[in-house]
Amino acid sequence: MKEYYIGVDIGSISTKAVVIDENKEIVASTYLWTEGSPIEAVKKVVRDLKRQLAALKEEFKIYGVGTTGSARNLIGTILQANVIKNEITAHAIGTLSRYPNVKTILEIGGQDSKIIIIKDGIVVDYAMNTLCAAGTGAFLSSQAKRLGVPIEEMGDIALHSKNPSKIAARCTVFAESDLVHKAQIGHKKEDLIAGLCNSVAKNYLNNLSKGKPIEDMVVFQGGVSKNKGVKKAFEDILQKTIYVDPDSHLMGALGVAILSLEDRQEEIPFDLDMENTEFQTIGNDCKGCSNECEIISVYKNGKLIDRMGGRCDKFHLLVKNK
Amino acid sequence: MKKYRISFPHLGNYYVPIYQLLEQLIDKETTEILIPKKMSKETIDLGSRVSPDFICVPFKYNMGNYIESLESGANVLIQAGGGCRYGYYFELQEQILKDLGYSFLFITLLDPEGIRVKNVFQKFKSINPKLTFTHFVQSFLVAIEMIYALDDFETYVRENLVYEKVKGSFIKLHEAFLESLKKVKNKRELRACKKEYFKKLKEIPLDPSKKNLKIGIVGELYTSMEPFASLFLERELADMNCYVKRYTTVSYLLFEKGRNQAKLLKLAKPYVTYALGADGLESVAHTLELIEQGYDGIIHIKPFGCMPEINAMPILQKISLEKNIPIMYLTFDSQTSEVGIKTRLEAFYDMLDMKKKRRSV
Repeated sequence: MKEYYIGVDIGSISTKAVVIDENKEIVASTYLWTEGSPIEAVKKVVRDLKRQLAALKEEFKIYGVGTTGSARNLIGTILQANVIKNEITAHAIGTLSRYPNVKTILEIGGQDSKIIIIKDGIVVDYAMNTLCAAGTGAFLSSQAKRLGVPIEEMGDIALHSKNPSKIAARCTVFAESDLVHKAQIGHKKEDLIAGLCNSVAKNYLNNLSKGKPIEDMVVFQGGVSKNKGVKKAFEDILQKTIYVDPDSHLMGALGVAILSLEDRQEEIPFDLDMENTEFQTIGNDCKGCSNECEIISVYKNGKLIDRMGGRCDKFHLLVKNK
Repeated sequence: MKKYRISFPHLGNYYVPIYQLLEQLIDKETTEILIPKKMSKETIDLGSRVSPDFICVPFKYNMGNYIESLESGANVLIQAGGGCRYGYYFELQEQILKDLGYSFLFITLLDPEGIRVKNVFQKFKSINPKLTFTHFVQSFLVAIEMIYALDDFETYVRENLVYEKVKGSFIKLHEAFLESLKKVKNKRELRACKKEYFKKLKEIPLDPSKKNLKIGIVGELYTSMEPFASLFLERELADMNCYVKRYTTVSYLLFEKGRNQAKLLKLAKPYVTYALGADGLESVAHTLELIEQGYDGIIHIKPFGCMPEINAMPILQKISLEKNIPIMYLTFDSQTSEVGIKTRLEAFYDMLDMKKKRRSV
C-alpha cells in the first residue's frame, strides 16, 4: 500500500496539482487553465489525477491534501485539506526540496510575480508585485495574441533574434504602445518578441528586486519560466546561470504537498469521485455590523460546509487554517 | 433642529475625545454634535466617488465621513491639517463639497502658518459667542488628558492582545471603556473612569507563553491609527500570535513629536541627517530603534502616493539589507479586499517564524 499526498496550486490563470509519495517524488501531475472557475478547474484536476493514478496500477491511500494559490481557502474547504498555505512559503519549500542550495527564486506567474531570497535553506526576504500585473504571464499572452504567435513558441522565436527591439519596461501600457509602434515601422517579429522578453525581465527586476542581492544559485519558475526568451534575458542582465526545473510550473503544488506530508495525519477521507458532487458558493454581505464583510458560503450537495470572509468569530473557518 | 450641527472625520477611536471637547466648546442651546457614521465600505465608496483618483486615501475616507454627516444634517465641518498633503486637504475638500451643492461652515484647526491657539479660539467663538478663553483652554486640557488615557489604554491592549487567555476579553472591555468615556463631563470624572478601567484592564488574565513573534509597525499616521484603513492589520497580526508595537498615536503626534526631533535625528544617524517631511524621519528612526530592541520584523505602511513615506522607503531598504532584518511594505488605497494583505502577512509570518526557529536550534 502506497502513501500519497496531493498538492494543489490554484492560481488566477492556471491550476496545478501534483501527487507525491512518501519520498517526495512526484508520481502524477497535471496543469490546466483555471478559466475563472476554480471549483470546475479542481474537479478536472482531480479527474485527471485519478486517471493517472489508476494507470500506475498500485494500491494507494491519500494521507494528506494541501492547497495554495489565490483560491487556496475555497479549494482547501472543498478538498478538506489538512494544510492551506500561502504561495510564497509553498514555492520556497517546493524549490528547496529540489535545489537545497538555492539563494534566489525568481517566480513569474499569470497575474503575479515574486522574488524570494533564501539563506541557509530558509526564506529571509521576499517581495511580491503589488499594484499592477505588468510583466507577468497575462501580459505576455495578450501580446502573443496581438502578434499572432502561440505563447508556447514565443521563447524559441525570441532566441533567433540577433537585435532585440527596445521596448519600454516600466508599464504595460507603454510597452504595448512601443510594441505597436515598432511593429509598424518594420521591426522583425523575432526582434519584437525578444524585446518583449527583455522588457518582462527588466520590469521584474525594477519592480521586485529593488536592491535585494541576487546571488547564485538562481532558480526561475512559474509559468513564464517555460519561456526560454525570458530566461535568456535574465541571464544576460544578471550575468548568472539561471536554473529552470523541468517541473518549474509545479513548484507551488509540490511545496504544499510536502507541507501536507510533514503534517501527516490519519488517512483523510479524500474522495477522488468529485464529479458527481455539486459544489455551490453563495456570496452576500453580512449586515451584522458596519464592517459589512463579504461572506462566501460553500455548499456541498446543498449542505453548508464552510463560510469564509468574516472578520469576527461568527463565521469561523471550519477548516483549519495553518 | 438646532442652528449648528457640527461634525468631523473619523480617526480610530478619537471621535470620543473630539466629541467631549466639542461638547465643552459649543453652546448647547444653538448647537448639536453629530458623530459621523461608523466607517464602512459605503464610506470609502462615497469618498472615492468624489475625490481625485490619485489623492492619498485618508482624503477619500474623510470625504466619505463628511458626506455621510452632511446627509444626516450636519452644517459645520471640522478639519485638522498636517505637514504633508494633509495640510491642503481642507481647501480642496471644502471646494468639492460646495460644488456638490452642500452648504456648510468649514472650520480648520490649522492655518497655513501652523496652529495658532488664538485663531482656533476665534473660530469656535464664531459659533458660540459665549465661549471664554479660559474655558476654551481648560476644555482643551481635559481633552488632552483624555487622549492620553485613550492612547495608554489602546497601547496596553495592542501589546497584550496576543497573550489574552479568553478570546475577546480585551475587545469587550475596550468597548465598555469607550462607552463610559463618552459620558465623562469633567476632569474629576475622567480620572475616576480612567482609574476604574485601568484596574479592570490589568486584571484581564494573560498567558505569557502564547507570545511568538515581535513585530513593529512604522509609517504614515492615518493608516496607522485608523484600523479600517489598514484592513485591521493589527488585529490580524494578534490573531497570528504576534506582539505588535507602534509608536504613532495622537498624543505622540501632538505632544511628543516636536520635542523629539533632535533625538530622532540622532537615532536615525547615519541614514538620515534631516527631516523627510511628515513622519518620514520617524519611520527611519523608529525602525532602527525596533531593530535595536530585537524585533523580529517590521511592517511599513502608507497610503498609495504618500510622499514622505516614499522618501523613507529607500532608506529602509538599505537598513533592511545592512542590518539583515526583514521589512515588509504595505500600501493601502481604497480597495477593501483583504486577501492580498493576508497572503503577504502569512508569508511574512512564516518567514520570520522559520528564521527564528532556525536560530534557536
